[in-house]
Amino acid sequence: MNNTTLPLVRRLLGAALLATLAAGAGPSAAATPKDTLVIAWAIDDIITMDPAESFEISAGEIMGNAYDRLIRFDVSDPSRLIGDTAKSWTVSPDGKTYSFELKDGLKFASGNPLTAEDVAFSLQRAVLLDKTPAFILTQFGFTKDNVKDKIRQTGRLTLQLETDKAYAPTFVLNCLTANVAAIVDKKLVLSKEANGDLGYGWLKTSYAGSGPLKIREWRANEILALERNDNYYGEKSKLPRVIYRHVKEAATQRLLLEKGDVDIARNLTPQDLAAVATNKDIRTTSTPKGTVYYFSLNQKNPTLAKPEVREALKWLVDYAAIGDTLIKNIGVVHQNFLPVGLLGASTENPYKLDVEKAKALLAKAGVPNGFKVTMDVRTVQPVQGIAEAVQQTAKRAGIDIEILPGDGKQTLTKYRARQHDLYIGQWGADYWDPHTNADTFARNPDNADDAKSKPLAWRNAWAIPELTKKTDAAVLERDAGKRKAMYEEIQAEFRRTSPFVMLYQQTEVAAFRSDVQGLKLGPTSDTTYMFRVSKS
Amino acid sequence: MPTGGRHGVRLLRAGDLVGRFLLAILLTYLGLLAVTFFIGRVIPIDPVLAIVGDRAPEHVIARVREELGLNKPLWEQFGIYVMKVLQGDFGRSVLTSNPVMQDIRRAFPATLELATLGTIIGAGLGVPLGVWAAVRRGRLPDQVVRVMGLIGYSAPIFWLGLMALVVFYARLGWVAGPGRIDIVYEYTLTPVTGLLLLDTAMAGEWQAFGNVLSHLILPASLLGYFSLAYISRMTRSFMLNELGQEYVVAARAKGLSETRIIWRHALRNAMVPLVTVIALSYAGLLEGSVLTETVFAWPGLGLYITNSLQNADMNAVLGGTIIVGSIFIGLNLLSDLLYRILDPRTRAR
Repeated sequence: MNNTTLPLVRRLLGAALLATLAAGAGPSAAATPKDTLVIAWAIDDIITMDPAESFEISAGEIMGNAYDRLIRFDVSDPSRLIGDTAKSWTVSPDGKTYSFELKDGLKFASGNPLTAEDVAFSLQRAVLLDKTPAFILTQFGFTKDNVKDKIRQTGRLTLQLETDKAYAPTFVLNCLTANVAAIVDKKLVLSKEANGDLGYGWLKTSYAGSGPLKIREWRANEILALERNDNYYGEKSKLPRVIYRHVKEAATQRLLLEKGDVDIARNLTPQDLAAVATNKDIRTTSTPKGTVYYFSLNQKNPTLAKPEVREALKWLVDYAAIGDTLIKNIGVVHQNFLPVGLLGASTENPYKLDVEKAKALLAKAGVPNGFKVTMDVRTVQPVQGIAEAVQQTAKRAGIDIEILPGDGKQTLTKYRARQHDLYIGQWGADYWDPHTNADTFARNPDNADDAKSKPLAWRNAWAIPELTKKTDAAVLERDAGKRKAMYEEIQAEFRRTSPFVMLYQQTEVAAFRSDVQGLKLGPTSDTTYMFRVSKS
Repeated sequence: MPTGGRHGVRLLRAGDLVGRFLLAILLTYLGLLAVTFFIGRVIPIDPVLAIVGDRAPEHVIARVREELGLNKPLWEQFGIYVMKVLQGDFGRSVLTSNPVMQDIRRAFPATLELATLGTIIGAGLGVPLGVWAAVRRGRLPDQVVRVMGLIGYSAPIFWLGLMALVVFYARLGWVAGPGRIDIVYEYTLTPVTGLLLLDTAMAGEWQAFGNVLSHLILPASLLGYFSLAYISRMTRSFMLNELGQEYVVAARAKGLSETRIIWRHALRNAMVPLVTVIALSYAGLLEGSVLTETVFAWPGLGLYITNSLQNADMNAVLGGTIIVGSIFIGLNLLSDLLYRILDPRTRAR
């Protein structure tokens, strides 16, 4: 053994050394290929590639790049609608019939022509499949039984939608910009149909669209590759390939970006952003998103149900300090349920840290010495940091908050069952219309435990028959100016009386290499257009 | 006739043994699945949420709950699952939309590659270091190995991984960064085994092979270092035990050289328990190291199972459990086999 083992060890060591050297000689300092945009992003939220089902943030962006719809909103002015495949549209005088005419000569990536038949099929399909985002369409009265009559093709390039009530036209049209209204290739999808599933099983991991980029491959938790669609009717994608790499850890994303192994990093923390600010090869871009953060008080808890306690907690948050530190660069203090950018969003922020005022309110509520409550908190930043900050400031008025840390799905499960005291969370706009947030924050048609609809107001057991009526009226107001005023009034009342302590509106930031050009984050996830990005 | 009878009895006995053995394995699997299944069902996470998200209307939630069979009693759900597994159907992951086994076929080779290289590094260096420490007990080499082991044991792998990346990838540029392969090679290679070192070598793509190795070396060294810390400590204590035995004294009295005594006699005997230590450490790495995989953006088994568990994606968790269970059972068998080869006494009957 003496004669064989030692050389073996030596040989092993030698091999290890060689391997290290060889590795060092490899193309390790490689930049990304010139014709490929590489993006580091946590994309493990994606569960499907079917626009009729897809409802996750990162999937939204993919759908926005890969699928067309009838209309889109203008990214630089979200209140303006522009035709995507639609050339023109009209609303009937009674406000219930919407007619569209398509542009001529459109094609899918497959080469099949895109006609009104595909559009009608896609909208009907979303209603028939009835997956999570289908409510965006079914709220106009479309059901499995009537959808084939209510959404119908009227010519090769024309179709009509008939709603059950005369909704605000902005509301209906805004909803048609959502992913769920994306147009799929009827011929292709039906050729893959199994057991009458409208191609659902196949499209989960496949592609049948007409957008500027087509989906080449989705390997869950690993990679998502897009390729230029040469059949696209409009301006073609500047780069032939866009690749999303799933990188969960922010510090890893930062290293990859600094080294040039990715072109764009999407999940950097405020600390990382501060660090890359001094790097001349890296720039950042940001945009306010349609997501608001809040903590809420379960009204099933008798103490938290007192109006003075609700107000007191709003005075016990150090908004300024949170804005300057925990959410610096990634959010802006915002005390309204409508995010800035949506019609009628208020920018009034009346609350600030005022312990004395809070104490007076608590005394009035009959709890002058405070009380004990729990708060369910996801163990992610900045949520956890904010919860701890609130814990400290609330303590100054005698309110003892016990933080219950948990995983995202775990705290959410509890929240949805109305078993929390305080819950800190966020809400992102489902579609680009104020009703999306009004519907959940300021509407609660049935506060019973077994209610059919369970909006955020319900989750906090906040019974609001009057406010619900106002919200219902706002969605039917066809005069845009009046509609705006109605939302302002609803927000004012919400600020005063609601059990929601609104904290901030999210700002999305992306850091990118300085040779990346034309990157602009959209206000919603499906309006960040990678096909407009180029590299010099 | 008597000979034949005896032969038959022996065959019967062998059959009996194999039968018992198979039964034991079957029961192990069943227990493993049952425990995982019920833990998965009692954790306070609603599996429907992972599929439909937070926004779905109530009727959609109710429908999906029924589709998943979640409204049936737990025992019935478990029974259905086991029946399907017996037919080779492990179900689909709700997160990735893929059949679970397809996901695992992708995630497992990534982990296998990493763990194997890590174990080669860990055992290849850990055993000699442990022997060295034992021989120079109490002197400088022993102290050095002890400190190395302590650091390996106590430093958080997450931090160490990031530091290694900062130094060797970002500053020095010696190795490639997080991920398994550069994007340039991503679509030039058709995976066959999923083990990228093997795939690139078989395709003769040596540049890509170098790139894969360059991506692999840092996380593998890191895992190797952690198993080295453990293996060297264990080697040291087994060796000390052996070196105190009478046969060592006898060998010395016989006038054998010290190196011969250490490497040929003592280590050979220490090897028997050491094989189990190495096998278990390998199995531990094959489970996937969640933190290493996170830092190095490595799409391996650890991340897959953890992510599935956090979303209560039970088919994926159970599929992963079966794989991990099989690894442990397999490696245990293997180390039993190696025992027989290394230790003549276990061969006696």
